[in-house]
Amino acid sequence: MARYITKRFIYMLITLFVIASLTFFLMKLIPGTPFSAAGKLSPDQLQIMKDKYGLDQPVAVQYAQYIGGLFKGDLGISFQFNNVPVTQLLIERIQPSLQLGFQAIFFGTIIGIVLGVISALRQNTWVDYGATFIAVLGKSIPNFVFAGVMQYYIGVKLGWLPVLFWKGWDYTIMPTIALAMFPIAITARFMRTEMIDVLGSDYITLAKAKGASSLEVAFKHGLRNALIPVITVLGPLAVSLMTGSLVIEQIFAIPGIGEQFVKSITVNDYSVIMGTTLLFSFMFVVIILVVDILYGVIDPRIRLSGGKK
Amino acid sequence: MDNILEVKDLNISFHTFSGEVQAIRGVNFELKKGETLAIVGESGSGKSVTTKAIMRLLPPQNSEIKSGEILFDGNDLAHLSEKKMQKVRGKDISLIFQDPMTSLNPTIKVGKQIMEPIIKHQNASKSEAKKRALELLSMVGIPNPEQRFDQYPHQFSGGMRQRVVIAIALACNPKVLIADEPTTALDVTIQAQILELMKELQKKIDTSIIFITHDLGVVANVADRVAVMYAGKIVEIGTVDEIFYNPKHPYTWGLISSMPSLDSTEEALYAIPGTPPNLLHPPVGDAFAPRNEYAMQIDLEEQPPMFKVSDTHYAATWLLHPDAPKVDPPAAVVKRMKQFQAGQEGQ
Repeated sequence: MARYITKRFIYMLITLFVIASLTFFLMKLIPGTPFSAAGKLSPDQLQIMKDKYGLDQPVAVQYAQYIGGLFKGDLGISFQFNNVPVTQLLIERIQPSLQLGFQAIFFGTIIGIVLGVISALRQNTWVDYGATFIAVLGKSIPNFVFAGVMQYYIGVKLGWLPVLFWKGWDYTIMPTIALAMFPIAITARFMRTEMIDVLGSDYITLAKAKGASSLEVAFKHGLRNALIPVITVLGPLAVSLMTGSLVIEQIFAIPGIGEQFVKSITVNDYSVIMGTTLLFSFMFVVIILVVDILYGVIDPRIRLSGGKK
Repeated sequence: MDNILEVKDLNISFHTFSGEVQAIRGVNFELKKGETLAIVGESGSGKSVTTKAIMRLLPPQNSEIKSGEILFDGNDLAHLSEKKMQKVRGKDISLIFQDPMTSLNPTIKVGKQIMEPIIKHQNASKSEAKKRALELLSMVGIPNPEQRFDQYPHQFSGGMRQRVVIAIALACNPKVLIADEPTTALDVTIQAQILELMKELQKKIDTSIIFITHDLGVVANVADRVAVMYAGKIVEIGTVDEIFYNPKHPYTWGLISSMPSLDSTEEALYAIPGTPPNLLHPPVGDAFAPRNEYAMQIDLEEQPPMFKVSDTHYAATWLLHPDAPKVDPPAAVVKRMKQFQAGQEGQ
């Protein structure tokens, strides 16, 4: 197991290096400069600015410098936010996004699994149809609609929860719900299909034949076997939620990373684009690794170390 | 001998989109203490449905026990509440399935799967249950039980898995063991081992077995009595000797004629012509009549009752009616009957 993880870790570094290189060159193809007032600057002034930040050097040299910095853990400084180091900026900005994304995926998955299992157990009853209805809503209605509706009714009319900003746990509830609708829907649908499949298998009948109650059968014998396909979809979904949602962050005025990433692209803030891309890629490969390890935890047939202990 | 289980006039239907399928149409039989009753018949004859009904494992959404009683231990299982039924399953009546590859949970350790019914029904502590599970593993002939206890089903071969399933079934010393084609998915040498094991264990824990199969060779090997099912009914029931040496129902004749034997190289293997009836619209008369070369007018009009051949032997065919013409069984059956008798004398 340790050997497997080491191997995966090395692959991960290689992947990140390739991503860093690709993004770097792609970014250099975007026209324009990171200097917001570029239009008002004279060519000489622009030249001085470029010179200062090393942007006038050949791309190959810039690339070497950047990669060199990466190995030292230096992601450069932001052009847009008053020369703040990118690392510091990312840490500040990722925190709310990570928290929101994690809460959404955590509660979303649990609720989704419960809904899915109940649907499967009460197949073709009103409970099942109700759960299906919620799932269809969650999947088809964009999350900013939920966000707006909640802000108006729960925030403004009832005054139960704060409408905007990011100042404490109660501020996270509404954005979490808005973000969680999608994972709830996805998990519930997958879980229902898988669970119906699993509940029809011989080992479930045998578990019943041993005298287990239907809840015991579903959760002790069925759940684990039905989880594999769900985990597969959840991995990438978790990353996309934790890397911040531009729309939700805008609506709830949350200083998250999604908003900042989009902004940095429009103003050619090279080092921030690079840093954010690398951070997202890093999260992605880590989650994929976690998912692969989870497979083995859930299903002994796909233990990674090859069966011998 | 006492009857441990009595099935009386059981009728079961499945509700499907095309209508009501009458899968079981008035089944009667009893199981005596310590005996092995084989239920034979072709696919769709209702063998498995009958036994699943006994354990009340039919899907509740679309199946229905229309009428009848399943008497066990003074209770009518057909009308017992789900809660009480859970106390019967795995404790008094347990089940072995056809395919050992799919009947164990792939994500739970084998030992834990055996411990489950012990903890559930005998209020055993974890360590007691483990001790008992290890005993069971060695009882069903699994070497290194200590090591095997912590393994997962995929680390076992098919025959070994079936032994584990048997261990689970016997965990609480059940009074009735239902074996639903327990050897069909195994290769022949393993089949023989498993059958031997079951016979041996039956003596050891004194249980009654309902053995479902469509393999008459297996029946001759394990059963005390045989019930032949066709289209949701028992058409003939009797001791093994009676069914093999003195079959009365044309369907049983057909089954016995279609059994391959070692010296049957010259002749083509006999097959019963036609297909079983659609139980969505069960026939008015004898369900076997359209495939029966001895069918009479009355077979198409009225269902035959069970005629008594001997105290233990009954068959539902109008041929046994006093007014029916005398017919001889087909030559193949007669020949086979002689072979059986010769084999019997030779032993």
